[in-house]
Amino acid sequence: MKKSFLDRLSDRLTELVTESQIWKAIFRHGFPDTDVNRSLVVFTNVFLHLHPVKVRKGALKVRFAWCAGGLTFFFFLVLTFTGLFLMFYYVPDTRRAYNDIKDLQTVIFFGNLTRDMHRWAAHAMVFFVWLHMMRVFLTGSYKPPREFNWVVGVLLLVMTLVLSWTGYLLPWDQLALWAITVGSKMAEATPLIGVAGPFAKELGITPSNDIRFMLLGGTIVGQSALLRFYVIHCIALPLVAAIFMTIHFWRIRKDGFSGPL
Amino acid sequence: MAEKEQTTAFEIFPKDRKKTYGLMELVKGTTSHIEKEPEDTAFCWPNLVYIELISLLIATIVLLAISLYSHAPLEELAGSDTTPNPMKAPWYFLGLQELLVFFDPWLAGVVLPTFIIIGLVVIPFIDINPKGSGYYSFSERKFAVTTFAFGLALWWILIVVGVWLRGLDWQWYWPWDDWREHKPPSAVTLIDLELLLQNILGIGEQVSRIATYLLCAGYYAIGFTIPFILFRKFYKQLGFVRYNLVMFLFLSMMGVPLKIFLRLMMNIKYVMVTPWFKI
Repeated sequence: MKKSFLDRLSDRLTELVTESQIWKAIFRHGFPDTDVNRSLVVFTNVFLHLHPVKVRKGALKVRFAWCAGGLTFFFFLVLTFTGLFLMFYYVPDTRRAYNDIKDLQTVIFFGNLTRDMHRWAAHAMVFFVWLHMMRVFLTGSYKPPREFNWVVGVLLLVMTLVLSWTGYLLPWDQLALWAITVGSKMAEATPLIGVAGPFAKELGITPSNDIRFMLLGGTIVGQSALLRFYVIHCIALPLVAAIFMTIHFWRIRKDGFSGPL
Repeated sequence: MAEKEQTTAFEIFPKDRKKTYGLMELVKGTTSHIEKEPEDTAFCWPNLVYIELISLLIATIVLLAISLYSHAPLEELAGSDTTPNPMKAPWYFLGLQELLVFFDPWLAGVVLPTFIIIGLVVIPFIDINPKGSGYYSFSERKFAVTTFAFGLALWWILIVVGVWLRGLDWQWYWPWDDWREHKPPSAVTLIDLELLLQNILGIGEQVSRIATYLLCAGYYAIGFTIPFILFRKFYKQLGFVRYNLVMFLFLSMMGVPLKIFLRLMMNIKYVMVTPWFKI
C-alpha cells in the first residue's frame, strides 16, 4: 500500500530528528520495538538500568509484591520534590516558621496543595514501608542470600520514621511542639544517657548533658531544636537515606529476586 | 514481539551416546540463545516499565485527590503556656505512647523499641528454615509467621487504641462518648506486685521483694527451659546462640501483653521494683 503524504512527511521528520547528531549524542538506541533496542534502552539509561534487561514472566504479577517497595521509593521522590518547593518559602525561625506555613496555606500559588501532598505522602511512605516489610517477611524474601538487604531495609524503616518525626516539628504549631515534647520526654528516659533514665544519677547525667539535650540543643523544644530538626529533616537524613536506598536497590540486583520476580 | 515469544520445546532426537553433542530441543524465539537454556522471561521494556508507570500514576492520582479533599492539619501557634489534652504523638508512634500507660518511659519509649529494631534486624539470622523463600506460605513456616503476625497485631492494636480510643487525660473514650467531657479518674488503686505478695502471703518487705525478682527471673528461666526440654529438635536446629536470642526476644515480646494483662486484670503497677528502675 502506498503511504499517504502525511505518513511520508512524518517518517521524514522522524528520520531528520532521530538521525541527527544531537539526538544520537543523547540516545544510544533506536525506538525500543526490537529486542536489541529493548535491551539497549534499559542498559544505556541510567534510570532504567536499575532493572535487568529481562525478567521472568512471574515478575509481571502485581499480586506478588504489590508494588509496595517501588511505591515507597516513589513517595520518597514526591517528598523530595514537594519538600524542595516548601524550602523556598519556609525559614526555620521560631518567630516566623508558623507564619510561613500560613503563607503557604493562603498566599503562595500551590502552596497549600504542595504542603498537603508532602504531609500525606509522608504518611503514605510510612505505611508503604510497613506494607513492603510485611510482604518481604511473608514471602520469606529475607532468607539467604538476602539477609543483609533486610537489615538495610530495617535501617531504612528507622530513617523513614525519624524523617517523618523531625518533619512534624517544622510547622511550629501546637501539634508540632507537643508531639516533639512527648518524643523528647522518651529520649530523656533512655537508660544510662538520659537524665530521667535508669542509672543516670549514678553516672552524673544532668539535664544539660544528656541525650535529650543533644537532640534538642537545649533543655526545651525551642529555636535550637527547630534548627536541628530542620537540618536533619531536609539535608542529613535524606542524604543518608538515599545512600542506603542505593545499597538496597543495588543488593536486590546483585542478590537476585526471590520468588517469581 | 517479546510478550508473544513462545517457548514450545519438543524433543527431536535421542542423544547419540557416541557423540558429545546432540540436538536437544527447538525453541521459537526472537533472539538466539547461546549457552542458555530455554527461559520464561520477558523484556523489562515495555512489560515491567509499564506496570511501574501505571502504579505510580495511580499513586499520584490518589495522592492528589486526598490532598485536594483533605488538608494537612495546622493548629495554633506553638506555645508552652497551653498544653493540649490529650497530647498525642504521630500515629505511627502512638503504639509506644499507649504503652506508657503500662510501662515507664525508659521501657515503653526506649528499650522496647530498641528490642523491636534488634528483633527485626536479626530475623534473617535466627530464621534458619530454608523453606518458604520467595512465595507466600504459612504451612511451611508456622512458627515464624505466627510470631510475626502476633507482634504485628500487638503493634496495630495499640496504635488503634491510641488513635481512636484515647481522649482527655488519656482516658478510654468510645466513639459514641462525649469527647469534650472529662471522665472521672479511675477508682481502682494500682498496687505493686511486692505489696500484693506481702498482703496475700503475709511475708516481709525484703522477702517479697526478692520473691518478685525470682518471679521475673523465673518467667524467663521457665520460658527458656520448656522448649529446651519439650522441643529438642527446635533447640538442636537453632544451636545455643540462636536459641537464646530467639527465646529472649520471644519472651520479651510475650511479656508486654502479659504485663498489660496483669495491669488490667489485677491492678498491678509494677511487677518488679529496684532502686534504679521499675518494671
